[in-house]
Amino acid sequence: MDPTSLQEPLVIAGRTFQSRLLVGTGKFSSAATMRRAADACAAEIVTVALRRVDLDNPQDDMLGALAGGRFLILPNTSGARDADEAIRLARMARAAGLEPWIKLEVTPDPRWLLPDPMETLRAAEVLVKDGFVVMPYIQADPVLARRLEEVGCATVMPLGAPIGSNKGVRTRDSIQIILEGASVPVVVDAGLGAPSHAAEAMEMGASAVLVNTAIATARDPVEMARAFRLAVESGRAAWRAGLPGARESAEASSPLTGFLR
Amino acid sequence: MSFELHLRDADLPSLVRESESCTESDVERALGKEHLQLVDLLALLSPAASRCLEPMAQRARALTLQRFGRTILLYAPIYVSNECTNRCAYCSFAVQNDVPRTTLTLEQAEAEAEFLRAEGFRHVLIVSGESRRAAPPESFAALIRRIRPWAANLTLEVYPLEEREYAMLVDAGADGVTLYQETYDRTVYAQVHPAGRKADYGYRLAALERAGRAGMARLNVGALLGLHPWRSEALAIALHASWLMKHFWRSQVAVSFPRLRHGPSGYQPAFPVSDRDLVQMMTAMRLFLPDAGIVLSTREPAHLRNALIPMGVTQMSAGSKTEPGGYTMPCEEGAQFSVEDRRSAAQIARLIVQAGYEPVWKDWDRGLSRGAAA
Repeated sequence: MDPTSLQEPLVIAGRTFQSRLLVGTGKFSSAATMRRAADACAAEIVTVALRRVDLDNPQDDMLGALAGGRFLILPNTSGARDADEAIRLARMARAAGLEPWIKLEVTPDPRWLLPDPMETLRAAEVLVKDGFVVMPYIQADPVLARRLEEVGCATVMPLGAPIGSNKGVRTRDSIQIILEGASVPVVVDAGLGAPSHAAEAMEMGASAVLVNTAIATARDPVEMARAFRLAVESGRAAWRAGLPGARESAEASSPLTGFLR
Repeated sequence: MSFELHLRDADLPSLVRESESCTESDVERALGKEHLQLVDLLALLSPAASRCLEPMAQRARALTLQRFGRTILLYAPIYVSNECTNRCAYCSFAVQNDVPRTTLTLEQAEAEAEFLRAEGFRHVLIVSGESRRAAPPESFAALIRRIRPWAANLTLEVYPLEEREYAMLVDAGADGVTLYQETYDRTVYAQVHPAGRKADYGYRLAALERAGRAGMARLNVGALLGLHPWRSEALAIALHASWLMKHFWRSQVAVSFPRLRHGPSGYQPAFPVSDRDLVQMMTAMRLFLPDAGIVLSTREPAHLRNALIPMGVTQMSAGSKTEPGGYTMPCEEGAQFSVEDRRSAAQIARLIVQAGYEPVWKDWDRGLSRGAAA
């Protein structure tokens, strides 16, 4: 296979996706803009906060804008402060007819929205047994990633930096360890504030990235969505092509061991 | 340590003096920082900073956009009772005022809620005057249970309660408490609250701590601006909000800046707050507390609300009636304050769209409420 081929799909829980860019739906100025951005970056997985959608309302703006079948709507449990709340939200979403996929977010701290590892693991165990495809949002903690994989999570989604911070892959070293150990797709989620950040995560070997704030709050969200798509494709191609490692110093042009030849 | 002691140690008068002596270079330094300290807030609230409102507003806009996105959450109040035992000089509900008194029955209150639901609201604020006889805590719980099945978020703005009462309301499905200290200045507080249960400054000040301990997910602080110089109140609000964030780290903290205009029988605020002051206070608060919700009610007139949308506001009321039964059986003589922005919810939603933001009707879920577990 051509090593730079972009055709190699992303597979999550047996389902195949051509796009490695997942997008969020929050913070946009309208549901229509959100839809145009999702189309512009050819996203196939779109995450929707259950707290923002009205599952009882068939005319819900957000779900209406995503209608058409092209997207996997990935409900998330944003706002859940413990495992019980997250489990309850997931079950309500499934009961309302959404597919049993869940982006598990347990963030008891509303300021930084950092995930609670214990509650996330507890909720993941219950939801996996309950038949959900579980994609947990976590700190870049390699041991936690292993544990979540062991209980049957379909992916792990370590954060690059706190949600909405736009700071990039600040957890690089830990994400590297997660990538080396994981047997499930690793989706770098949160903190990616520029296309170059997304490219960096993909160059490291991430299976995919999830972006919301950087696209939604750009002056032109649709154009920014396109830019992220190019960056993700470019980063993926670079990883497959085999990046030469960076060096700390220049290579001496008069090597010390040259006499050995 | 309680917030009351923390506030005493902070020594507001000396902080205000320090703020008044800040220079424009202090303001510039504060504007250049990512994480602001209290000294930076002093600079942003200073007279010198009143000449830097444009850069403050620009930075407030950018921070709010990053943290909250291009969205404004809409909510509406239900006034369940205007019976009140307090004698607050500035309030129409005060016991000495001759206004028609009403306490809604559960059915009447539910009818008000249904009206709001039909308008599109899913975030509802339950408001009441202070009369434990007419509107006991159990009556709020009963209303919450009735409307919980469709309401995404239920917040209470009622007299201060005991911790066990807040816990009872959390179990019924309440998500938050809004409680303004009115003024953080003890002396002025005593002057404007001469009698009744409300005369106890400390009991009111500690109410949000009791609510936080009881598990309320959202705590909303504020002062009734105009009773005391605004700089001092703004500092106290900031200290209170950050203290609550630290001690109740699971709860979302929001701030409000209700301005007193004119009250009953010719009441005039002693320290009126100008539009410029309001903008300075609001943008300084956003820079100091990037994660705090900022709430803007219909007390403010339409033209000002239009202009404030991009300056850090995260949440607005719309189409509000401030008398019990105001939506389904209006009688404005019983209103708490005069609503300045009389536009309908649909008009406000359109205005938000025109400003380039999305009006959000639902940003919470009953599944996140402890009351849903039952």
